[in-house]
Amino acid sequence: MKRLMTAALGAITIALAAPAGAQIPDNVLIVGQIAEPQSLDPQHVSAVNDFRILVNLYEGLVRYDTGTLEVGPSLATDWEISDDGLTYTFNLREDVTFHDGTPFNAEAVEFNFERMTDEDHPYRSGTFPLAFYFSAIESVDVVDEFTVEFTLNEPFAPFLSNLAYPAGLIISPTAVMESGEDFDRNPVGTGPFEFIEWQSNTRVVIERYEDYWGEPAGMETIVFRPITDANTRVAEMLGGGIDVMVEVPPDNVAQFAESDDFTVLEQAGPHLWFLILNMREGPFTDVRVRQAVNYAVNKESLVENVLQGTATVAAGPTPPAFNWAYNEDLDPYPYDPDRARELLEEAGAVGAELTFYVTEGGSGMLDPVAMGTAIQADLAAIGLDVTIETYEWNTFLGIVNPGLEGKADMAEMAWMTNDPDTLPFLALRTAAFPENGGFNSGYYSNEEVDALLEQARTSTDQAERAELYKRMQEIVYEDAPWLFVANWQQNAVTAANVSGLTLEPSFLLYLEDVTKE
Amino acid sequence: MASYIGKRLLAMIPVLFGLSVIVFLIMALIPGDTATAILGAYATPENVAQVNRDLGLDKPLPEQFWIWFTNVLQGDFGRAYSLSRPVLDEVLERFGATLILAGTSLVLCTILGLLAGIVSAVRQFGWTDRIVTFFVLIGISVPSFFLGLILIVLVALPSRSIPESGMYLAYGGGDLPDLLRHLMLPAITLAVVATGVIARLTRASMLEVLRQDYVRTARAKGVSERKVIYKHAFKAALVNVIPVIGIQAGFVLGGAVYIESVFQWPGIGQMLVTAIRTRDILLVQGGVLIVAAAYVLFNLLADVAQSLLDPRVKT
Repeated sequence: MKRLMTAALGAITIALAAPAGAQIPDNVLIVGQIAEPQSLDPQHVSAVNDFRILVNLYEGLVRYDTGTLEVGPSLATDWEISDDGLTYTFNLREDVTFHDGTPFNAEAVEFNFERMTDEDHPYRSGTFPLAFYFSAIESVDVVDEFTVEFTLNEPFAPFLSNLAYPAGLIISPTAVMESGEDFDRNPVGTGPFEFIEWQSNTRVVIERYEDYWGEPAGMETIVFRPITDANTRVAEMLGGGIDVMVEVPPDNVAQFAESDDFTVLEQAGPHLWFLILNMREGPFTDVRVRQAVNYAVNKESLVENVLQGTATVAAGPTPPAFNWAYNEDLDPYPYDPDRARELLEEAGAVGAELTFYVTEGGSGMLDPVAMGTAIQADLAAIGLDVTIETYEWNTFLGIVNPGLEGKADMAEMAWMTNDPDTLPFLALRTAAFPENGGFNSGYYSNEEVDALLEQARTSTDQAERAELYKRMQEIVYEDAPWLFVANWQQNAVTAANVSGLTLEPSFLLYLEDVTKE
Repeated sequence: MASYIGKRLLAMIPVLFGLSVIVFLIMALIPGDTATAILGAYATPENVAQVNRDLGLDKPLPEQFWIWFTNVLQGDFGRAYSLSRPVLDEVLERFGATLILAGTSLVLCTILGLLAGIVSAVRQFGWTDRIVTFFVLIGISVPSFFLGLILIVLVALPSRSIPESGMYLAYGGGDLPDLLRHLMLPAITLAVVATGVIARLTRASMLEVLRQDYVRTARAKGVSERKVIYKHAFKAALVNVIPVIGIQAGFVLGGAVYIESVFQWPGIGQMLVTAIRTRDILLVQGGVLIVAAAYVLFNLLADVAQSLLDPRVKT
């Protein structure tokens, strides 16, 4: 027994006496992620968490210009769009090599998009969740070594923006052919960093690519650590175990902001948090009841007290981050319980019983339970009897996406998109009812909105598209098919010695300019 | 003995098969499917159908199970879509990490539990007994994930040399001292409840044995008290404690799920939680199979150990 105790004490001493390893070297940046990536093949993933690694390993033909959602050059130097909006011709950079040494050229581009869109492609394996972003592609043709031409089957305005999204990042054809299924864990791109290792649930390591065509990256090594528990992530940040932390829980933002050891970053993004209202049956078939709940919920208080200022109040279906398409003239429904009660009385819906689906948490859902109960209390104050039912995220999606008919009167939802077209097109059109394969789970239907969205999607003139989206927002605001609640401000914390990090409206995390002192 | 062990091992087969069927059915029954988990907000019926085709989930359930089962018999556990790698590689790697954590905890709780129990029994109703019993009660009552967080805040953060989470340093590290440092808090947290249980049982068992005639005889013969306690009494008491240690081994393995989440330990418990969330059926199946097999084996080991110690237990 005594020997055992001595051995145990010895082990503890060794562990504590060894040089404290908490200090991270200056050439290494450790990023605390919210989960382990699913894959490092950009064609196989759809989660923002994975994109944060991918955009540092790969580049697309185009990318979002810093600080905006406008599309600018990347691997393509410039491009031409035909007048009918059907042909896109890209001129490619001629000085780019993949990390495996193979050249980047038009053939590589062709390989990428054919792998994604052709179900019988010889190198297609696994799932391609965002392949539908490119379903408008009729063909991809190599014009010459550094010119590539896309032909679409119909004009599709969001095409460029979709190319800038991570699904459009270019992978090395040679590496795919050599690694096959293992490409997911042995990624090869053209980005400022190259892949070194991926240890399950422990770390993904990338290093500066010395032959990069652009400015060499600031950091030598970047380590992405998955830390799923938010409290543990905060503790690691406080303890100096990580240099950068994304998605800081609202309750901890103030703590970091007050300290000189940390810098808090914030950036509005194209995110919308809202409630879907069931317009097929029950009280919400009446527009007055839908408007009443929009008046009844104190969104200012939600944003400030529940979300601690990590979001702003939403005015309509389009987030202000799409600045060119956002209708500035719309003000959020004010908090006016008296007006809400009047509307309810007019509609004869006082005392109505409502079922409200709430999720425990999920992508972009912020603090759904606390927000749900606050909304329930606000609605009770105007005389609505709301019953909450809570579901785990995947279960929740499995129930809500097929439509609310026969189940609930309202449900929480959040979307992050890269184009003002996506959300309304998928969730507000008559043709997007769940039975037709869309996400219009509340069955909103307005012919004028349908027409505006169709038109905006096929127009290649941005000014014209902007007018159409602005008109759409006015109508949807009045019709109130949703209860518009909040636009999330994404946030991150860095240690004070980290500089050069900016958060992008696209939610992507570019690390090439980051340095440490 | 050998035939007994053989029989017990054979009995594992129907247990594991039945378990796989149940787990498979549960995963199929819970709402929300794999394709929805992959696609999230973009899960239109069209996209869902496409993903199901890509993953082979469009086949009828019995056929899916049969394919999985025949593959497993050939040693192929399939590919975890949520991690893009073979299930077996992932499960073995993660199970190794869990074994390190659970094994350390088991050693800790056995030593501490036995010691506390003995001391407490020998000084029955004395101050030492009261203090030990008090802490044992607290140990049994505190939820382990809560204790984990408290330890992170009160020990890891101020110390700066005891890490908050992970198994090795994110950069550098990787040697034994690094592992020990990372092991400290999760192993202690995980051991606390089991220590309490073992301490209580040891105390009761020791008290019973200390009242036996042969102990009185030994004392009467003038055998030193130390020898009476550790040689005569403890050995007899151990017989009752060993099966409980076997059960605690299973408990520690199961408790690792919370602890691994709190301390970001890359073990199989945390893997299973993520796999269930992402509806990665193959990974869930593979993970459960391994944990279940380990659980059954630990119980078998405890039974064998008991029969070796106690001639009254026939096998």
